Amino acid sequence: MPQVTLTVNGASHTVEVEGRTLLVELLREKLRLTGTHVGCDTSQCGACVVHVNGDSVKSCTLLALQADGAEITTIEGLAKPDGTLHPMQEAFREYHALQCGFCTPGMVMSAIDLVQKHPQGLSEKEIREGLEGNLCRCTGYHNIVKAIAAAQDVMHGRRAELAPAAE
Amino acid sequence: MYDFAYHKPTTVADAVKILSADPEARPISGGQTLLPALKHRLNKPTAVVDLSGIAELKGIRREGDRLVIGALAKHGEVANSPEVKAAIPALAQMASTIGDTQVRNRGTIGGSVSNNDPAADYPAAVLGLDATVVTDKRRIAADDFFQGMFTTALEPGELLVAIEFPIPEKAGYAKMRNPASRYVMAGVFVARTKSGTRVVVNGAGPGVFRQAEMETALAANWSADAVAGVKQSPDGLNGDIHGSAEYRAHLVTVMAKRAVANAG
Repeated sequence: MPQVTLTVNGASHTVEVEGRTLLVELLREKLRLTGTHVGCDTSQCGACVVHVNGDSVKSCTLLALQADGAEITTIEGLAKPDGTLHPMQEAFREYHALQCGFCTPGMVMSAIDLVQKHPQGLSEKEIREGLEGNLCRCTGYHNIVKAIAAAQDVMHGRRAELAPAAE
Repeated sequence: MYDFAYHKPTTVADAVKILSADPEARPISGGQTLLPALKHRLNKPTAVVDLSGIAELKGIRREGDRLVIGALAKHGEVANSPEVKAAIPALAQMASTIGDTQVRNRGTIGGSVSNNDPAADYPAAVLGLDATVVTDKRRIAADDFFQGMFTTALEPGELLVAIEFPIPEKAGYAKMRNPASRYVMAGVFVARTKSGTRVVVNGAGPGVFRQAEMETALAANWSADAVAGVKQSPDGLNGDIHGSAEYRAHLVTVMAKRAVANAG
């Protein structure tokens, strides 16, 4: 069986896979990193988004073998070892940007990539367009957009702490 | 998904050798169309040939009055490329609207053009700009390349290497997306080039096609008003639950006006 070697959240792994094994299957079933979700079978929902060499991609639409040698970051790799959340995770909590939470890992990973690629800042419209590859069936996106708008100020150093959500 | 062998050659010659020896082997670049098809078992290749390690297929460069884009250029790379933005801004703009961010981070121009999905964006630009498709064996004019739904002039085992776009005087693109799937319902690419004026329709029919009446109207008078009075016939256009052929025909004129406005 072919082998794939990749770095996931800073740790190197060498794993035996089939040709058809998807990256998300490797993450969930071989490495037991089940924070990355699978919500559809059509590459549309974005629940499986992870970062591959710094870019957000749908891990259900990438063969594990295509990720050979890559640096992968999943939702499990965001918080600090002491449990301090990434500013985007903290913003999702503060702004109540989820209900059932199924889409949340993918939303957070897409949102971080979106913010990192736009250091000049994103308007509400740009955030909504930037989330085109992620579906949420609970919240109607409103609080997700607010959370991302707040998180970008912290990520870009424009605010030391997250702006509190309105009462 | 059915299982398959996986190959990752580092030269075009090696990739072509594997593909030519096994007619059931399929090339993969970004995989944003192929993998969903494989997941649904619509396709059962014996082997998948990963092209991503082939340096000859990479790069975006200006060569005189042409822009040459390697087959492996991702949609996101084309959208953000300073060379593309400077030479053919309409192409960069088009690339920035393909799929979603994650698709643009993986999907490639060579894959999109080889696949020739009727609802794909790039074929409209390739035909609209009178581009040349370069393969490992030959050079193919865009007018000869696209041959209807999911069909191109590529022969089995033949690989698209790069696309050469003549730099136009003006070009613009507009599309109406299906609000759920985001695929093109009807799109129009317009260009004024040294070799003439071109108007290409995508999404509305079984493949990209040139709209001769609109080309004549725009050649005489480059303005949105010039195409406003040209009606597209619904004959042969796609009709489905998302929109009738008549609706798509109507959209063609609307998109043509917007494309001209976008071209400036």
